Amino acid sequence: MTILLLAEHNNETLHDATAKALSAALQLGQEVDILVAGAGVEAVAKAAAAHGGVRKVLVAETGAGQLAEPIAATIIGLAAGYGGFVAAATATGRSVMPRVAGALDVMQVSDVVKVVAPDTFVRPIYAGNALETVQSTDAILVMTVRVAAFPAAATGGSASVETVAASDPQLSRFIEDRVTRSDRPELSNAKVVVSGGRALGSKENFDKLILPLADRLHAAVGASRAAVDAGFAPNEWQVGQTGKVVAPDLYIAVGISGAIQHLAGMTGSKVIVAINKDAEAPIMKLADYSLAGDLFTIIPELEKLL
Amino acid sequence: MKILVPIKRVVDSNVRIRVKADGSGVDTTNLKMSMNPFDEIAVEAALRLREAGTEAEIVAVSVGPAQAQDTLRAALAMGADRAIHLKTDAAVEPLAVAKLLQAVAQKEAADLVILGRQAIDGDAGQTGQMLASRLGWGQATFASAIEVADGHVVVTRETDGGQQVIAVNLPCIVTVDLRLNEPRFATLPNIMKAKKKPLEEVPADSFGVDLAPRLKVLRTEEPAPRSGGVAVENVAALVERLKSAGAI
Ligand SMILES: Cc1cc2nc3c(=O)[nH]c(=O)nc-3n(C[C@H](O)[C@H](O)[C@H](O)COP(=O)(O)OP(=O)(O)OC[C@H]3O[C@@H](n4cnc5c(N)ncnc54)[C@H](O)[C@@H]3O)c2cc1C
Ligand SMILES: Nc1ncnc2c1ncn2[C@@H]1O[C@H](COP(=O)(O)O)[C@@H](O)[C@H]1O
Repeated sequence: MTILLLAEHNNETLHDATAKALSAALQLGQEVDILVAGAGVEAVAKAAAAHGGVRKVLVAETGAGQLAEPIAATIIGLAAGYGGFVAAATATGRSVMPRVAGALDVMQVSDVVKVVAPDTFVRPIYAGNALETVQSTDAILVMTVRVAAFPAAATGGSASVETVAASDPQLSRFIEDRVTRSDRPELSNAKVVVSGGRALGSKENFDKLILPLADRLHAAVGASRAAVDAGFAPNEWQVGQTGKVVAPDLYIAVGISGAIQHLAGMTGSKVIVAINKDAEAPIMKLADYSLAGDLFTIIPELEKLL
Repeated sequence: MKILVPIKRVVDSNVRIRVKADGSGVDTTNLKMSMNPFDEIAVEAALRLREAGTEAEIVAVSVGPAQAQDTLRAALAMGADRAIHLKTDAAVEPLAVAKLLQAVAQKEAADLVILGRQAIDGDAGQTGQMLASRLGWGQATFASAIEVADGHVVVTRETDGGQQVIAVNLPCIVTVDLRLNEPRFATLPNIMKAKKKPLEEVPADSFGVDLAPRLKVLRTEEPAPRSGGVAVENVAALVERLKSAGAI
């Protein structure tokens, strides 16, 4: 079975979600091609071609906004050559792949965390409170991959790069991306994550306490939904069932209670630290190290001792 | 315009589910059920578009067992005009739900379908995009703002890096994210009124859609529990522990 993997990128650089989804794709089939769909993506294609196990890299000019309709239409145009279609379960992968599955009359397997066999997969349901092993009976496979569950595939290849025709059904139009560039490590692949919750009380406190601690630890910053809703942190920092799923070496939860929807995004972390004034909060039971107390005294002290 | 809002009845988001000991599935007997939280947001979004001046008929649709009618009544109590119940006792996968919704959207000549970004039981996040693709319509996923303009909608989407603004031609589908709005509570008079609103029941197997699942569930299990942690006394002890564990 030849697999087509949709690359995750921002038109300039290849995101390492691609290398992780590639390692899942390599467990499925003999050959993997990578599709880089976007605008002016030569550098991305070159980076994709450097991965081991890749047969070739296909480049399609589908536009800067990476809209789902042209990318899905382009994949469907290529469909005859492939037995399976894989993408990282990112905002783009989640938008594009079900469109492909719908057109091909295939039931997609979403958010795969383990490949058991080329047709059998483990995926979380109910915010990760259960794991389901499913076997696909479709002739074609469409799946998205939870990247935190897979290692990055190695580089060391030199696949060929070729251009393929893009199709655009012209159903939607890109207006703008509002992306904040930051020098901090990115949440989805950081080694250390410091997350703040509702208890921070204001954006000023979040900025004054969480950000310096994160900088000290070269950490990415995360947040609970309550903190995002209250405007303490931007939406792209949300960790959980409907935010990012992270699995860093160290996750520090500050003033977060540990609702199941938050836990869904971080229980894969190696070491979890919880700081909460309520020793009975769910996150305190789950943490490897829990420290009960007032975050407003603990965090400045912690920063000093690090 | 006509707005279709597909809603699913799911285990309430505050309930912790249990996996059956024999690995055959999730035990949902006697659990509190509610409208999928994203679908409440979708209903609210439709109501707000109307309140903002878009003339609209709002139709709630649900695929599910007899009790799905409670969920449809809840949507009617929020303010939807009428409801369609595609009745089935089988567990229907997103692909088949999308096919059923396709038939309804075509029959109703819908202009806009607003769905949740995912149902919080299966966490599939597929139905809206599959529906759009099968209808040949455009889509906007993870909406945090929706504006209806002339012949199109302008949607702000939540993405991994921040937000994206796109315009999608009508008819189209939109899937909604948490921050789009705060759904209203139904008032008692509106709950009473909802009982009189039209609710049409149609057998799900009357559409000629193959409802058989494509994914065979071999096993359902609980995730491995994390081993018990340590409560540390103070900040110094925490730093000590993290250092000796090699975490910092
Ligand atoms: C469909 C759905 C999807 C959701 N998706 C997500 C998601 O992706 N991510 C997510 O995070 N949530 C999500 N939620 C929301 C989730 O249910 C919780 O409401 C949210 O996680 C709570 O955030 P919190 O822990 O910051 O706030 P709270 O639950 O209010 O907890 C605050 C904590 O701070 C502690 N505290 C208070 N003061 C102090 C102090 N001075 N010092 C130390 N500790 C203190 C309290 O003891 C408490 O434990 C979702 C909900 C729904 C319904
Ligand atoms: N059985 C159903 N009946 C009506 N709408 C549904 C059903 N299942 C899913 N949906 C809609 O599709 C969205 C996404 O669901 P899913 O693809 O299952 O995660 C939900 O938020 C609903 O709006």
